[in-house]
Amino acid sequence: MTDNSGAIPLETDTDKTAPGAKVLEVRDLSVDFGVEKKWVPAAIGLNYEVRAGEVLAIVGESGSGKSASSMALLGLLPSNSRVRGSVKLSGRELIGPDAGRIREVRGKDVAVIFQEPMTALNPVYTVGAQIVETLRLHNAISPDEAKERALHMLDLVELPDPEKAFKSYPHQLSGGQRQRAMIAQSLSCDPKLLIADEPTTALDVTVQAEILDLMRHLRNKLDSAIILITHDMGVVADLADRIAVMRRGVIVETGTAQQIFSNPQHEYTQALLAAVPHLGQGADSADVDVTAALAAATHSELESVDPEELARRERENEEALKVAAAEETKRKGEPVLELTDVAIEYPKQGRVPAFRAVEGANLVIYPGEVLGLVGESGSGKTTIGRAAVGLLPVAEGTMRVVGQDISAAKRNGKQLHRIRRDIGMVFQDPSSSLNPRLPIGESIGEPMFLAGVAKGAALQGRIEKLLDQVELPRSYRNRYPHELSGGQKQRVGIARALSLQPKLMVADEPTSALDVSVQAKVLELFQGLQRELGFACLFVTHDLAVVDVLADRICVMQRGRIVEQGTRDQILRNPQEAYTQRLLAAVPLPDPEKQRERRELRAQLLAAGIE
Amino acid sequence: MIRYIIRRLLQVIPVFLGTTLLVYYMVFALPGDPIAALFGDRQPPQSVIDALRNQYNLDQPFWVQYGLFLKNLFTFNLGVDFTQQPIAATLARIFPVTAMLAIEALIIQAVFGVLFGVFAGLRKGKLFDSTVLVASLVVIAVPTFVLGFVFQLVFGVQLGWAKPTVGASANWGNLILPAVVLGLVSFAYVLRLTRTSVIENMNADYVRTATAKGLSRPRVVLAHILRNSMIPVVTYLGANLGGLMGGAIVTEGIFNVPGVGNKLYQAVQRGEGPTVVAIVSVLVLVFVVANLLVDLLYAWLDPRIRYE
Repeated sequence: MTDNSGAIPLETDTDKTAPGAKVLEVRDLSVDFGVEKKWVPAAIGLNYEVRAGEVLAIVGESGSGKSASSMALLGLLPSNSRVRGSVKLSGRELIGPDAGRIREVRGKDVAVIFQEPMTALNPVYTVGAQIVETLRLHNAISPDEAKERALHMLDLVELPDPEKAFKSYPHQLSGGQRQRAMIAQSLSCDPKLLIADEPTTALDVTVQAEILDLMRHLRNKLDSAIILITHDMGVVADLADRIAVMRRGVIVETGTAQQIFSNPQHEYTQALLAAVPHLGQGADSADVDVTAALAAATHSELESVDPEELARRERENEEALKVAAAEETKRKGEPVLELTDVAIEYPKQGRVPAFRAVEGANLVIYPGEVLGLVGESGSGKTTIGRAAVGLLPVAEGTMRVVGQDISAAKRNGKQLHRIRRDIGMVFQDPSSSLNPRLPIGESIGEPMFLAGVAKGAALQGRIEKLLDQVELPRSYRNRYPHELSGGQKQRVGIARALSLQPKLMVADEPTSALDVSVQAKVLELFQGLQRELGFACLFVTHDLAVVDVLADRICVMQRGRIVEQGTRDQILRNPQEAYTQRLLAAVPLPDPEKQRERRELRAQLLAAGIE
Repeated sequence: MIRYIIRRLLQVIPVFLGTTLLVYYMVFALPGDPIAALFGDRQPPQSVIDALRNQYNLDQPFWVQYGLFLKNLFTFNLGVDFTQQPIAATLARIFPVTAMLAIEALIIQAVFGVLFGVFAGLRKGKLFDSTVLVASLVVIAVPTFVLGFVFQLVFGVQLGWAKPTVGASANWGNLILPAVVLGLVSFAYVLRLTRTSVIENMNADYVRTATAKGLSRPRVVLAHILRNSMIPVVTYLGANLGGLMGGAIVTEGIFNVPGVGNKLYQAVQRGEGPTVVAIVSVLVLVFVVANLLVDLLYAWLDPRIRYE
């Protein structure tokens, strides 16, 4: 299945683009999609270029056309699309040639890394087979040579055991390993241009930081041009040389990373940057210099920061911590949620044995407090949230919710039903957590109706009031979920959770499915409501920056255990546990300068051998 | 894996006992006296009736009858039916015929169903797709006996392409016509299932990856879309094989195929408990093995599924 058997062998590829040469030149690129016999534009008149060894980040929110325009480069759009303009790859026109010619370019000169490595790799073939397939397609080499080359690639992307990874099916690898395998496949034919479409969005922060390190490292080594498509300003700051900001199909601003971050010209860029939650700048109190805090905690010195300057920043941080400690209000009242040595198990199902997801958890939430429960996937944070509403049984220890022992309550018993009236829950995916066949007014009113709190006109009045509270027009009452945007749907989810005036709110990643600017507004609303209504909140999230905005206290989980907890200032200014430090260091900052410091610090942390 | 297969085969025991008991009871509970029916209008001497009743254990209570049946079964002595033919010989005669018919039907529906399904899926919304969809709906809607008679008349009698009836000379060639009729309905379902599955997989991320790698369209379809699309289809075909082996009473009747369906129908009508239950016992085994094969094939197609 080799299409261009005359290809030059990989090792002696003399066709290397000279450093700094233009690899890609895009002129007046427009993409339209045919929807109901009309052309709907997805990208309009784009102009940009990428040079060898350079990373161009195309930034925008969902629907900005950043993905569609990049897929158009390779003709990867569905058949109802239309692409116009000119795309030149090292002088060779890619728009308009017959399908056979663009096929030579795909995978060989231009490779793509997709967002979700689980679905982007074929589940029924081994990782090795998929890389070999790519290699043999573009190079006239024997299966053995291809295998050797594939193993080399897997080694290059720093997979711990290339032989094993070669023989593994995608589902047998972790998310980070899968993305590494995907990158190995993309780089296997030494492409001139790499298109990375949200390469780290589906990954945990610490894994994301590793993949970003890998990409930076590979860029320096291979000298390919990279187009990075992302919505995450932190990722951009970490990797990009130049940035193009897209909105509604148009590039509104381009510039170097430095220019965009320090002096954004277009108002949308400014708004976008302002909306990005910035770890350390969350609450209204003073900004936290997390870098300084980490440096102090680990006694590190940074090359990129003057030692005296760093010492000053560390001192400032210490003082702020003292001030915060002095100001700390006494926690009072009866705890709303109290976990004592709690272990939670997913019950045995058939031949699948019970799985203990949380072990020895202790935490307390007092009235009016927001506790941010942070951890990476598989840490058990969602499990605690689910157990708090009685969806999972408590295997050991006691869990008291609003003064009642939920761990002793019978499953689906009356007591549990009563407790649940005092708990509101907001779910992660606003689209699937609302019944698509119920108007949103009914979704909001249902808890009140079922609890017998209100009926008829009184119920309607309450629904209207809740809609007011979440800042949705009252007329939306009769709309169906599909008529609302993601942010509006999540507002409905919050209104429903509030409808019984709960004492405890459990919010499970309520904003992770939303765009940054929408997320910022929903978080603001949530914060306002929490202050106004004074409910206690267990806020489950993977995003430290979001917790930073909302939480009074932060609780860090890893592998089913709570590793560290304390006030926001304690955790951010003075992290004690190695895992917390690593987690904080892994969050990319939406500022290239600060991110450089942070990166150096993280490298030191890892080098210090702290597991 | 071996443990899994053994466990699955052990499951046959309760299934086998349950089905045979149920079927035996249902035949036992049929109204009418099978011995009297055997003689039609004539009234045989009481001694003859008694002897026959004794021979077939009909004078015993139900549990004893069932017990004796099981005992005979496990000693490989299936006994004789009401016409004094050994039941074992009957089984050996009818099952190969039905097996041939079933395999032919299965191949027809699998090959054509998948082929048409893939093309329809790849050309979603185009003329070919719409035509095939409407045609498959017609096939599903028309009852089998109508299809059977029409095919018999057109291809068997008028065009003379195949023998209109099979009779005693059942071989691969003669069974083509009934196999087509038998396979047609499931062919329509296989087609629709394949089509849906292909459409779903066509938009999968890994197909986009395969295209982005530079693979040719045929290679993307064959290596990446097809294998993933076969997973639900295989499940359906496997379940269907059991059904086909159970004999198609209508189709076998129309084309006079001396197979399981015909024999089973006769035996039920005559209230011949031993014959009915013997046939059903074999069918239970066929079903279980077919299901096991499907599950193994499934694990081979999809490495995410692993049995232990």
